[in-house]
Amino acid sequence: MTFSISLTVNGVRRDVELDNPRVTLLDLLRERLQLTGTKKGCDRGQCGACTVLVDGRRINSCLALALSHDGADIRTIEGVAEGGHLHPVQEAFIAHDALQCGFCTPGQIMSAIGLIQEGQTDGDPERVREGMSGNLCRCSAYAGITEAVLDAQKKLAEAGGTDAGRRDAA
Amino acid sequence: MNDFDYIRPATVPEAVAAAAAPGAAYLAAGTNLLDLMKGGVARPGRLVDVTRLPGLDAVEWLEDGGVRIGAMVRNADLAHDPRFAASFPAVAEALLSGASGQLRNAASVGGNLLQRTRCAYFADLDSACNKRVPGSGCDARAGENRLHAVLGWSDACIATHPSDFCVPLVALDAVVEIEGRGGRREVPLAELHRLPGDAPEKDTALEPGDLIVAVRLPAGAAAFAGHARYIKLRERTSYAFAVVSAAAMLRLEGGVIAEARLTLGGVAAKPWRDAWAEQALAGARPDEEAFRRAAELALAGARPSGDNAFKIELARRLVVRALALAASGTPERVPALPGSPFSSLPELHHDV
Ligand SMILES: Cc1cc2nc3c(=O)[nH]c(=O)nc-3n(C[C@H](O)[C@H](O)[C@H](O)COP(=O)(O)OP(=O)(O)OC[C@H]3O[C@@H](n4cnc5c(N)ncnc54)[C@H](O)[C@@H]3O)c2cc1C
Ligand code: SF4
Ligand code: FES
Ligand code: FES
Repeated sequence: MTFSISLTVNGVRRDVELDNPRVTLLDLLRERLQLTGTKKGCDRGQCGACTVLVDGRRINSCLALALSHDGADIRTIEGVAEGGHLHPVQEAFIAHDALQCGFCTPGQIMSAIGLIQEGQTDGDPERVREGMSGNLCRCSAYAGITEAVLDAQKKLAEAGGTDAGRRDAA
Repeated sequence: MNDFDYIRPATVPEAVAAAAAPGAAYLAAGTNLLDLMKGGVARPGRLVDVTRLPGLDAVEWLEDGGVRIGAMVRNADLAHDPRFAASFPAVAEALLSGASGQLRNAASVGGNLLQRTRCAYFADLDSACNKRVPGSGCDARAGENRLHAVLGWSDACIATHPSDFCVPLVALDAVVEIEGRGGRREVPLAELHRLPGDAPEKDTALEPGDLIVAVRLPAGAAAFAGHARYIKLRERTSYAFAVVSAAAMLRLEGGVIAEARLTLGGVAAKPWRDAWAEQALAGARPDEEAFRRAAELALAGARPSGDNAFKIELARRLVVRALALAASGTPERVPALPGSPFSSLPELHHDV
């Protein structure tokens, strides 16, 4: 049996035929849509490398069944820069040296965009660390990550809006 | 992962009919079920997707002051619902102490209640496990069992239930609304999860096809809002399951405890509420002596199931701490590190 689903991925509608129902959202992005920026670390919800935004909310795509998300609006790391300009969170990660090997970074950035949009941290580093605890970094760039998130959050607030993840989603 | 049929029913009765078939399972966010399916621990032949069923995603305030939480309300949305968090702060704190931001955005109320044990032998197909394969034995008994149960366990199974959310819910007399083949019924949450006895394969009182549609808190539950905490000891401060946890709630009148609620997590196959401890607290002054007495009573029946005698003393101390924190008043907002007895050094900046 085949299943057809359609998703909006980074603003573009994608119709996908699935030959079996077992495909996770992560595998759909990486293997069917060639969007390999989203990483597979543990594949079991334990590391955050696979974080994407679904309808504006950060989730672990490795524990999401693609079929169950038929019709959803997905944003991945490939879709956060706009018109040749990096997303403010991407810029902040560079400015604060918030990475070493970079494997966890797409997940960290998507999680940070989601966290900022959730609007719960009030610029408190403790709340940022807690809010980012679902993203492990084996290079232990945590101090820089916390700095980057705080900085990006401040810049986004100054620019007038925390709605960073959905900027062009109308 | 095994192959399966995928069904997305449009109505609750269709869902119940589809899920009553042998080997069928409901799929909510899938953060527990898909994990277990990847490991081959769960092998449902049919997934019945409940994420779009109508009427399951609302938090409704009842006329009598109680609240009804739809089974598909996401853990994060419930914790951040301002009225809910103000009325039931220990429930919000428990939710926010669990899993991660990403998982809480996905995880549903119903799925949280029905998540399965984190016993490593349950998750490992090469190990003997009575819960996974009835009658096969229990490798946890002679294995790595520091985190296993100290209350209500049996020779057949020493696993614990991992949910944080359920702990304060049981303390507050939550009721589960179930739609099944025989229609609608209600079960107190305290009776939803079973102790293992000689049938650890059966986690709950649910029958095939039973769909959790909502969880209700009674009107009186909000009376504890001023003195309510959920404290959770973990092996790391965040993104970890409880070693032991406690929901402690007090209603104070004129400097005396009028009514107390106390439920432990991480110690048994279900949230462990202790009526003796609650009764001993009622009428007492909220002081260390009363809290210690409650702790002794709450753990009176505890015994180690392996290398976990430390959990009994840890739980006693946690009860005292949680009651003391509850007595000192619910913080205005869930603390930066929800459920934690710690806070880190004020600033850990590396480049400013
Ligand atoms: C890395 C990690 C860390 C975690 N840490 C914590 C933690 O610290 N504390 C904690 O409490 N939890 C923790 N969790 C567990 C998490 O809370 C659960 O996975 C989640 O709540 C399950 O919800 P779900 O919607 O994804 O359920 P699913 O995975 O979709 O379903 C779980 C079970 O419930 C059944 N089900 C779902 N909805 C219904 C319904 N309405 N009626 C009947 N049956 C239903 C399913 O058939 C399945 O058996 C963690 C999970 C992971 C992966
Ligand atoms: S403790 Fe229970 S879940 Fe763990 S191996 Fe033993 S029977 Fe299985
Ligand atoms: S790959 Fe999804 S959480 Fe690790
Ligand atoms: S930068 Fe290497 S894992 Fe985070």
